Amino acid sequence: MEYFIQQLANGLTLGSIYGLIAIGYTMVYGIIGMINFAHGDIFMLGGFAALIVFLIVTSFFAGVPVALMLLIMLVVAMLMTSLWNWTIERVAYRPLRGSFRLAPLITAIGMSIVLSNFIQVTQGPRNKPIPALVSDVYHFGAITISLKQIIIVVVTAVLLTIFWYIVNKTPLGRAQRATEQDRKMAALLGVDVDRTISITFVMGAALAAVAGTMYLMYYGVASFNDGFIPGVKAFTAAVLGGIGSLPGAVLGGLLIGLIESLWSAYFTIAYKDVATFALLAFVLIFKPTGILGRPEVEKV
Amino acid sequence: MTQSSASENLMGKALKEALFAGATAFGLFLLYVGIETYQNINNQLVWRTRWGMLAIFVVIAAVSRFLMVAFIVPHLDRRKLAKAKSGILEISDEKSFFHKHFLKIALFALVIYPMVSVMLAGTQGSLKYVDNFGIQILIYVMLAWGLNIVVGLAGLLDLGYVAFYAVGAYSYALLSEHFGLSFWVLLPLSGILAAFWGIILGFPVLRLRGDYLAIVTLAFGEIIRLVLINWTAVTKGTFGISGIPKASVFGIWSFDIGAANNFTKAFGLPMSSAYYKIFLFYLILALCMLTAYVTIKLRRMPIGRAWEALREDEIACRSLGINTVTTKLTAFAIGAMFGGFAGAFFATRQGFVSPESFVFLESAVILAIVVLGGMGSLTGIAIAAVVMVGGTELLREMEFLKHVFGPDFTPELYRMLLFGLAMIIVMVFKPRGFVGSREPTAFLKERKAVSGSFTKEGHG
Repeated sequence: MEYFIQQLANGLTLGSIYGLIAIGYTMVYGIIGMINFAHGDIFMLGGFAALIVFLIVTSFFAGVPVALMLLIMLVVAMLMTSLWNWTIERVAYRPLRGSFRLAPLITAIGMSIVLSNFIQVTQGPRNKPIPALVSDVYHFGAITISLKQIIIVVVTAVLLTIFWYIVNKTPLGRAQRATEQDRKMAALLGVDVDRTISITFVMGAALAAVAGTMYLMYYGVASFNDGFIPGVKAFTAAVLGGIGSLPGAVLGGLLIGLIESLWSAYFTIAYKDVATFALLAFVLIFKPTGILGRPEVEKV
Repeated sequence: MTQSSASENLMGKALKEALFAGATAFGLFLLYVGIETYQNINNQLVWRTRWGMLAIFVVIAAVSRFLMVAFIVPHLDRRKLAKAKSGILEISDEKSFFHKHFLKIALFALVIYPMVSVMLAGTQGSLKYVDNFGIQILIYVMLAWGLNIVVGLAGLLDLGYVAFYAVGAYSYALLSEHFGLSFWVLLPLSGILAAFWGIILGFPVLRLRGDYLAIVTLAFGEIIRLVLINWTAVTKGTFGISGIPKASVFGIWSFDIGAANNFTKAFGLPMSSAYYKIFLFYLILALCMLTAYVTIKLRRMPIGRAWEALREDEIACRSLGINTVTTKLTAFAIGAMFGGFAGAFFATRQGFVSPESFVFLESAVILAIVVLGGMGSLTGIAIAAVVMVGGTELLREMEFLKHVFGPDFTPELYRMLLFGLAMIIVMVFKPRGFVGSREPTAFLKERKAVSGSFTKEGHG
């Protein structure tokens, strides 16, 4: 039983990270109906920004409090990825809005290739390890929970609350929901559609940066191809939960985190990703639009 | 407004945009280019600045934005305006000699290509041109034409096509290792096995549409790759399978060095691996032609028409009594079959297969070639394969760049970076792909090419 709860805690941590990335996928999909394939690499860029800032700050001021350090890493990573995603949307996606459906998908895949290779070229192909930021652990009987895990879950919960508030209670969120429902009508009613879409990309990127920083803190290492696997898993999470649905993305992320850690604990670690993908296929057979997705109504 | 003030206005605008682009580039690249992280002797991660490099990036961004706004965009606008005024439609029936006979010329060039490269570069020197360029490009042409059946004709978005390529390659590798069967037996068998896997993938995704389909096909590709990595008892995992037998000329002549019926011995030629490569070149060319022939023939048959109907409108298709289940499954199966053929060929060409060759990136590259070529157009896809694959292969050859950028410069490192950039640039400027016209198979009285924008890309 202790073992189970231990794995549950691990799964929850991992699931929080996936959930944060998945929101970026699901929001962009909801608002312009495209798979932002480069989102996983935005997550990777966030991790790298945090890593570089960490190195710079520690080389100038030794002994910065951990909380302040994390805060600086988070803020810089969020700014960096926001700028990147904003630019990417302007350069690669906006010219293709209203063009046929596969065109932005191809530019997004191209962008993903560009970003990971860009980091490989500029920062080198090797894994980048950093010393552990937080190493406290707490024991509850036989269960060990690290401070890292608590930070990840708490930060995720706080951000999701803020995020939920923005989307549901502010004029900006209203504009986003309006654009999602009917872009043309929203524009007619005075919503600045271009700006709303840009802000959506920025918000998704900021959450991905948080996920990237948390990932760096959790595993203590960053690499140029870190974006792909978590990106695909988060995308899987978004689809599993029903793409376009925000609670669905979080639910999907948590589910995938849990499956991964439980499968690794009770079966073979080698096939954990196979289990995740198989579950996705299995769920979609019975619910073709995901767990919380709205069924698509096609008008003739 | 006078001419001069208008152009002054334009310059002012361009300058402003250039400044903005420069500032953005500064922000974008500040951390990633301006700072370099590396491990020092104590294996600690440290950093140093690279302001010069950052300045180059910023200047490039600003200058290219300036040129874009001040010269390229007005030029394109003027051309568009002139075209609209002259009243000539973008797609006309007037075709030049070259255009009319393009396919014949291209085929002829391909047939004589190995001979020409032998003549120009010598037997040993031709290896590079036949193998790295010829065979490499033709493999991608074949894969892209195979995927085109699924994506371009049936409109089903498949992000895991490389799985069938892997199935074909491993089928050939394993069956030839354990049962000693020859290439000519295993080539069709690999195709059939891949088609079988195509149907296995097809069943669960029958009800899925659009992006749900995309992620499940992607997941399928990853599952196949992960199984290949982890099922070490059979696949030898990441080590891969080596020593895969070479193909023979229909079993009559072999290319194994010690064999009595060795090709070079039989013809009294000097020992060289170039002959095998030339044989492989014609083999893959024949396989490509088979793919093209089948695609063209199928488009005129009920099943091909059903695919295109499915792509245009699934609901209308179903209400006209077309069985969408078999239509989708045959599209997956036939597309997969050609992937399987290409996989078997790949295995015999390399003599070695490992899961490394079947990553998602390959699927992405193949899909990119299909879309960049203009979905559904065989010529366009072939052109895209030549440009994208040939272009990146060319980069391997650019040794002279080392003299420009110093000896540490490795052009290969930039291969995929440039590939990705090319994907973005081509899509932004030509969203309909290289070949923007389509030849319909059903027509009234006379066949007329239509713009690619009249065809849909499907929802499935």
